[in-house]
Amino acid sequence: MSHCCQVSTDNWEDVKAKCLTALPEDIVNYIDDHKGDEHAESNLIAILHRVQRHFGYLGQEQMNAVAQLAQIPLAKVTGVATFYHLFRLQPRGKHVISVCMGTACYVKGAEKLSQRLMDELGIHYGETTKDGMFSLDNSRCLGTCGLAPVIMVDDQVYGPVTPSEITIILEKYIKQPRAAAPKAALAVQ
Amino acid sequence: MSTSVTQFFEGLQSRVLEATAARRLQEKIVIQVGSATCEHAAGSLDVMDEFVKHVKSSGRQDVVLRKTGCTGRCSKEPIVGVTVPGQLPVKYERVNRELVHKIFTSHIQDGAPVVESALDDSLSEIHKSEFVFCAGVRCGLEGENVMMHKFAQKLRDRAPHPETIKVSKVGCFGACSQEDRGKCAYILHRPSKAMYRIHSEQDLDEIIATQVLGGQLVERLLATDQLVSKDFFDMYGDVAFFNRQSRVALRNCGVVDPESLDEYVTYGGFKALGTVLTNRDPQWVINEVLKARLRGRGGGGFPTGKKWQMAFDQKETTRYLICNGDEGDPGAFMDRGMLESDPFNIVEGMIIGAYAIQAQKGFLYIRAEYPLAIKRIQNAIDLSRASGLLGQDIMASGYSFDLEIRLGAGAFVCGEETALIASIEGERGQPGLRPPYPVEKGLWGKPTCINNVETFANISAIINFGGDWFARIGTAESGGTKVFALAGRVKHTGLVEVPLGTTLKDVVFDIGGGVQDDKPLKAVQTGGPAGGFIPAKWLDMEVDFAPLAKAGSIMGSGGMIVLSEEDCIVDIAKFYLSFTTDESCGKCTPCREGTTRMQEILERITIGTAVMGDLDKLERLAQLCQQTSLCGLGRAAPNPILSSLDHFRDEYLEHIIDKRCRSKKCVALIRYVISQELCIGCTVCARNCPVECISGKRKEVHVIDQERCIKCGQCFQVCRFDAVERG
Amino acid sequence: MTEPMIKLTIDGELLEVPAGTTVMKAAEKLGINIPRLCYHPDLSLEGACRVCVVQVEGFNHFIASCSQQVWEGMMVQTNSPQIRQARRDILELLLDNHPKDCQTCERDGNCELQRQAYRLGVRERLFEGKRKQYPQDESSKSVVRNPEKCILCGRCIRVCAEVQGVQNLSQHGRGFNTVVGPANLGPMDESACIQCGQCVAVCPTAAFLEKDHTERVWEALSGAAGKKHLVVHTAPAIRATIGESFGFPLGTPVTGQLVTALRRLGFDAIFDTNFGADLTVIEEGNEFLKRLNGEGPLPLLTSCSPGWINFMEKFYPEMIPLASTCKSPMQMTSTLIKTYYAERKGIDPKDIFVVAIMPCVAKKYEAARPEQLLSQGETVTDAVLTTRELAWMIKSYGIDFANLPEGEYDRPLGVSSGAGDIFGTTGGVMEAALRTVAVKLTGEELGPLVFEAVRGIVGLKEATVSIGGQEINVAVCDGLTHAKKALAYIKSGEKNYHLVEMMACPGGCIMGGGQPYPPFEMDVLDPELAKLRAKALYSVDAHKQLRRSHENPAITKLYEEYIGEPNGEKAHELLHTHYQARMPRGIR
Repeated sequence: MSHCCQVSTDNWEDVKAKCLTALPEDIVNYIDDHKGDEHAESNLIAILHRVQRHFGYLGQEQMNAVAQLAQIPLAKVTGVATFYHLFRLQPRGKHVISVCMGTACYVKGAEKLSQRLMDELGIHYGETTKDGMFSLDNSRCLGTCGLAPVIMVDDQVYGPVTPSEITIILEKYIKQPRAAAPKAALAVQ
Repeated sequence: MSTSVTQFFEGLQSRVLEATAARRLQEKIVIQVGSATCEHAAGSLDVMDEFVKHVKSSGRQDVVLRKTGCTGRCSKEPIVGVTVPGQLPVKYERVNRELVHKIFTSHIQDGAPVVESALDDSLSEIHKSEFVFCAGVRCGLEGENVMMHKFAQKLRDRAPHPETIKVSKVGCFGACSQEDRGKCAYILHRPSKAMYRIHSEQDLDEIIATQVLGGQLVERLLATDQLVSKDFFDMYGDVAFFNRQSRVALRNCGVVDPESLDEYVTYGGFKALGTVLTNRDPQWVINEVLKARLRGRGGGGFPTGKKWQMAFDQKETTRYLICNGDEGDPGAFMDRGMLESDPFNIVEGMIIGAYAIQAQKGFLYIRAEYPLAIKRIQNAIDLSRASGLLGQDIMASGYSFDLEIRLGAGAFVCGEETALIASIEGERGQPGLRPPYPVEKGLWGKPTCINNVETFANISAIINFGGDWFARIGTAESGGTKVFALAGRVKHTGLVEVPLGTTLKDVVFDIGGGVQDDKPLKAVQTGGPAGGFIPAKWLDMEVDFAPLAKAGSIMGSGGMIVLSEEDCIVDIAKFYLSFTTDESCGKCTPCREGTTRMQEILERITIGTAVMGDLDKLERLAQLCQQTSLCGLGRAAPNPILSSLDHFRDEYLEHIIDKRCRSKKCVALIRYVISQELCIGCTVCARNCPVECISGKRKEVHVIDQERCIKCGQCFQVCRFDAVERG
Repeated sequence: MTEPMIKLTIDGELLEVPAGTTVMKAAEKLGINIPRLCYHPDLSLEGACRVCVVQVEGFNHFIASCSQQVWEGMMVQTNSPQIRQARRDILELLLDNHPKDCQTCERDGNCELQRQAYRLGVRERLFEGKRKQYPQDESSKSVVRNPEKCILCGRCIRVCAEVQGVQNLSQHGRGFNTVVGPANLGPMDESACIQCGQCVAVCPTAAFLEKDHTERVWEALSGAAGKKHLVVHTAPAIRATIGESFGFPLGTPVTGQLVTALRRLGFDAIFDTNFGADLTVIEEGNEFLKRLNGEGPLPLLTSCSPGWINFMEKFYPEMIPLASTCKSPMQMTSTLIKTYYAERKGIDPKDIFVVAIMPCVAKKYEAARPEQLLSQGETVTDAVLTTRELAWMIKSYGIDFANLPEGEYDRPLGVSSGAGDIFGTTGGVMEAALRTVAVKLTGEELGPLVFEAVRGIVGLKEATVSIGGQEINVAVCDGLTHAKKALAYIKSGEKNYHLVEMMACPGGCIMGGGQPYPPFEMDVLDPELAKLRAKALYSVDAHKQLRRSHENPAITKLYEEYIGEPNGEKAHELLHTHYQARMPRGIR
């Protein structure tokens, strides 16, 4: 009908505007910069890494924005996000503790460490304490087998750790909620 | 055209030489601090920090701090090397702030090395110089040892202070040319770094006369050929852990500054690329790699040259090269070591590989869990590109190729070629169907070559020293060395590079120092979750692709876990299977469903609820998974089960029939009983029992209620009279 | 150029096949059907289920026959004891992680998993253990998703992406915890799903099903909630396919039996959606002629397919002005039943219960569209039964469909032209429209009847039809990937279409998401199946006296008595609708 043709039925500008508010500028720019690439969809994982670095996890709103701005089907975005272990779909605690479950650590008692951590924190793998202080993860080999068994709190690797040392390590973070990362901590860009 | 490449390389070299000369390192005391993820975790950043402070406050201008990668001596990190001009380099282990202070005051200021902290007791005797003999483990030159003993005798007879001169041997310098093979011996003199090639006893006499007594180099005997691991042995040749190794892929690890292009060039970097681009013949490169008998170091062992040839022969001219750095085996970290400690070598290897298959674009697929590796590779890519070694018109050769890093996101299966390609394409990392193989139709449907990090680490050495040379280091089937990540119940853990064909025994005992606490060895697990168990009785087995496969295991990417009698084989098999179950991509039925069912059966075995029929089912499922899975991960997933059933079936039977775990690892099968004879009724156990299942009056024998016992072992630990028996 | 021939041996028999043939296809030449689950000839290869493995000499592991191409001298065994055991075990592994409710499952009897399990001899369970547990998603008006029944063959994902270009489904998670679903595994009705139901059609089990409307129809038929006047109308495509469910050869039209069966079920009036189709031709034809005259934008995109309309609203909202405002034939018919027919019969529309028999699951959503409700908010179509659901009801009732006498539709809404019949196949709407448009444009009474160029199962058909000296560029799209292509041409201006027929399902309604599961030897999406079903409709058309919509006397009477002018005020009120952009916005 001719009378309705004047009104734009397109919602792209609204959709886009909403998406732009969901992501920080640098990520939007990154998506834009790569949109014209020959195989633009192949940047999805790199984009998700950036979103997670910024927010600490991949929220639905953010993934939706990635899908729209990069024009990648949302089902694919969430399918990819749930395939890879490193992507988290829930917000994390202030400190993320991972217990290395590599062979060397396993042989040297990583299970005891994880049991102790679960007891002390009252959470299981993939969960966050009620006060939002700690999240617990088990990780694939951290590549520091010589120090087995190791745990990693944020970017700081501790090893070899005994179950009784767990309490001491945790207290370090509880007492200094804003503990300056030790110098030895590996800076993750 | 080719002259321009030569000119380019000479220009690069002279610029680097000038820059290096300006640093005047030879005149200075050089302190090198290990810098890699493992080193950082052990505290090397603090160590560096402390040294900086000391150097500053001392005001000394002749002390230089250098950062190097990681040598792979994990359990002794942080490692610090101190080189005083004219003296043998000293390496320190487990350095902390306190030790830094000691090293600085005693060694740097007062010239007295801190003997007790030297790496692996390498300073038990202090020497001024050292003659390191190549033991020729691969060429089998018996004469070497004879020469060494003769030389030692001559020293004792003729040198004024023989006790200050050390004579030692290393596994293999990998130095010989085809003609010289078996006819000559190599000797490295430290600290002069002079490398002699000797043919006779007279040569030995001349060295003693001229060098030992006269303090001059014996020009006539100097080996003119560059030796692949000379710099490494110069630094670490006196440490037992290292000098039994042959360093090719790891030759620069712990020697060069991984963030400095200049240092890499100083140590011979980009010479190979220069050679390749001067020759201007991709087929020549492929032929050298074929001659080298280099086999893929990622696990499959497919001949690299053959793969390159297949890619090169494709009609399609848009081609990709991928470096697989998705090191996912639990317990393997050799790729990380190379990426972090010698990133330029990987980049150079890739450019050469790309030239061989005439690819235009390459990707380094690296685990996101390796942030430092990513940073250093990115740095290497950036610096190489800025210096005209990567990107457009490489080394003025007209050849263009560029590299990009792509990050993994935590999926073991992405080590599989088709899954890795899917991941680079931004998809779920699920394997696709093969054929067509990636060399035919890979990334975005174009011919794609995927090689492992370690494979690329060998390329520059193959070009520099020749395919024949490389082939000689290994066995008749496979050339070169292999890097292993030695871990588990072994005394010395770390990265070990040995010629293919070295026996397991040599690796575990000579290099690894044997089993912890000298307990009996049970088995060596190789190949990670896709591998199998090699029982202790097969320790004389040569490590190579074929013998390992015959033993029911695989080379894999090089994980090597030593298991002692403290380890339960069923428990370890269950560990690996739970890893694969967790990492199964979920695409094909046998792997997705089968691994879960196998894990359930193993769980039943370890908690004592399995029946004999379960063992048949386990084997049936294992075979099904092996025979019908879509990809290599699924097909290899049952290997730990099948190989442990092969070699350790009796342990399975014990678990199932006797409900017993001999290594006391399967908690549910442990029984704690209080001995009637030994218990004095002190009540300590009862008071410590968290579930209050121990009853008994004071001064009377206590009893554990087996129904309620949670087998926590608390009573066993607290009893001072050894009255609690664990069975 | 002919492919070179390859010699190989299968089960001891030597044969020769063209290079590039797969082992599975080669075995079929010997009359051996290798069992399969994830394989679908019209979708990309997945190689996931591993049921089709065979033994090849020289290989330790077994090889998936669906994807492996033959090579010279290949020695294949399709039924060795080892292979039989492997296939049995794989099937068991699937069953072990699948609900044990075959007897109460909607697909009992026509489930591919069940069929293969029986065939491969899974008579006992050896490996049972934990089983996945997920809630059923019933949020969608059309499609029910039950992940517990999913065997992860991936056909739904592939059909949604490769055939429909919707890409609404993906695997989520990994390993044992892999689940297929829309983004975030959220509810289907909040996803980009366009409700075409092709996932239902290709699913080998009951992981995707249509939303069941049979209960509400049984209830209406029983009169339990107050006796209502029960009216049913059947879509053009139903007569071509429902016979399949009762043993008729593929492509047998069974209009008469269908009508009789519906009467036996207890419907008071049985009408033909064809009537609505004829009406659509008039309304849409007029709309088209106006636009051709410069009153409105071109091309005109047809609006009969609710899957397409959903797709347009979510994926191409900027194209809305191009779409015809005509309601679909189903909604036109239902609207007229509750207005025109109700008035003539003197029945309060509230006392009429309208059931539409549709080849489509998206119709279930269309019936509930808020903008297509009556003024009081009542639905015009109260229940939509798919062909499958109706076939089941007939069987459930115990009606001997095959031996029923042939009945006739009731008047007036049961009168239709052959143009209405062919609406059920791709190209049919276009052909029906052209028959009428040709007459209107030329003023000649007898224009052409058959437009060969728009017939056939080829995806995107384009033609230029010369009518009365005017060149009309038409395009016919079936399967939304083809619609995407046509829309891209329109957007870029590369093609200058005047009229475009849009059908969501590949092949049109005859291949709709609600059609009977094909017999064993055929696959859903098989173009041969589409051809046979289309043939049935074309033959119905060819045997009719009345072949142009505007010649339908019931239609003429409707305009005279009730509607007035095509595209007039009343027509707009009753027969037209409007569209709007809907969220979530799909990614093209």
